[in-house]
Amino acid sequence: MCLGIPGEVIEISEERPDLAKVSVSGVKRTINIGLLEADPPSPGEWVLIHVGFALSKIDEQEAAAALEFLESIGKAYEDEMAALLESRIE
Amino acid sequence: MRFVDEFRDAEKARALSAKITSLCEPGRHYKFMEVCGGHTHTIYKHGLEDYLPESITLVHGPGCPVCVIPMGRIDDAIHIARQPGVLMTSFGDMMRVPGSGGNFFDSNAEGTNIRMVYSPLDSLKIARQHPDLRVVFMAIGFETTTPSTAMTLLRAAAEGIENFSVFGNHVTIIPAIKAILDSPDLRLDGFIGPGHVSTVIGCRPYEFIARDYGKPVVVAGFEPLDILQSIYLLMLQLAEKRCEVENQYSRVVLWDGNLVALKVINEVMELRPYFEWRGLGFITHSAMAIRSEYAAFDAERIFEIPGLRVADPKACQCGEVLKGVLKPWECKVFGTACTPETPIGTCMVSPEGACAAYYNFGRFSRSRVREASRA
Ligand code: SF4
Repeated sequence: MCLGIPGEVIEISEERPDLAKVSVSGVKRTINIGLLEADPPSPGEWVLIHVGFALSKIDEQEAAAALEFLESIGKAYEDEMAALLESRIE
Repeated sequence: MRFVDEFRDAEKARALSAKITSLCEPGRHYKFMEVCGGHTHTIYKHGLEDYLPESITLVHGPGCPVCVIPMGRIDDAIHIARQPGVLMTSFGDMMRVPGSGGNFFDSNAEGTNIRMVYSPLDSLKIARQHPDLRVVFMAIGFETTTPSTAMTLLRAAAEGIENFSVFGNHVTIIPAIKAILDSPDLRLDGFIGPGHVSTVIGCRPYEFIARDYGKPVVVAGFEPLDILQSIYLLMLQLAEKRCEVENQYSRVVLWDGNLVALKVINEVMELRPYFEWRGLGFITHSAMAIRSEYAAFDAERIFEIPGLRVADPKACQCGEVLKGVLKPWECKVFGTACTPETPIGTCMVSPEGACAAYYNFGRFSRSRVREASRA
């Protein structure tokens, strides 16, 4: 729950501009980007996601580093990804 | 040789380690607290203490939100879950936190319906789909998750989802740090500041630590090199007799934080007069309550909450571990009666808890560094 997971923004929902489809390690899920409304991300940009909300924008290099860190910690990340797989935000 | 791949920056780490060592004053001992459980995880996972000279000790702080939840709050949550028609939701980490009569799984075996969700928005979705159920989200976390709960509540209000409420347990990091600074048990030389909490609150709230307590703070990222770099920056401040807040994680953390997130929190929540922290006791203004404007979504107003104070099990020394007074392995039940499979205390439940992190990784770190240096 405390882990920030990097995701690449794929598309912003047209009718709900606070929702975006992101790809996290190849898994595509919807997240809320309302907390970035001051500087919204565009498709192709990366964000750090906490419990379904993007909290900050990051660059691709940071995303790769963050992912490497997460993969290194093992179970905590697997649990978080398993939870994300179940997520169906709308 | 798996370990070498896992930490392929070991070379750079050793270079940083030499720089840190060169800044140590002979005969002086240094104690730095890493506030955030994520940092504790990295430190044990990569055996970072073995890269530091003996005169530097890292102590683990209270920054694991699961770990600081007192038993009484788990009992309160189970009490709510027992009310007719209630479906309780929370993050996966909460499911195994022991209350005085067992954890959420035990409670479910006795008939409650407590489910784990990834996001509070998933909880809201369940409420939308099941208008016949009273869906309660047990919200926990520091400022990293508080804005998510606040946003979800605003959404529920906007859509008029009346069968959704929040059992709020959000805690704030600054009063906990202050409680530790004011406690006579521990003399610290500086802080490794939390990374993700700071994406929300920014670096300004730490300024009092440098100004009023004369301790440097470096907000740090989560990779092994980030942490070593931050320790180097702390040592440099001490050597140069400076005392300030620095941002080592500026690639993610903005100095002012996330202003939208702060605004949303403030719209929905206000500080509680006090809140009980496991091991730290009652701390003034250390947690958030839902504002009366949103009373219709506040589980604490909707349900009768027993609010009993439950003492921790006698054997449990989580309080000392959370304050950094004891190292995990110094707890009498560590690794014997208390393991991640059968946790007695909360620090063993969450992977970010110091005891779980040490149990999973710490014990192996020394041999690993030796192996890595041989390669
Ligand atoms: S070993 Fe268990 S009881 Fe002891 S401090 Fe750690 S979590 Fe608490």
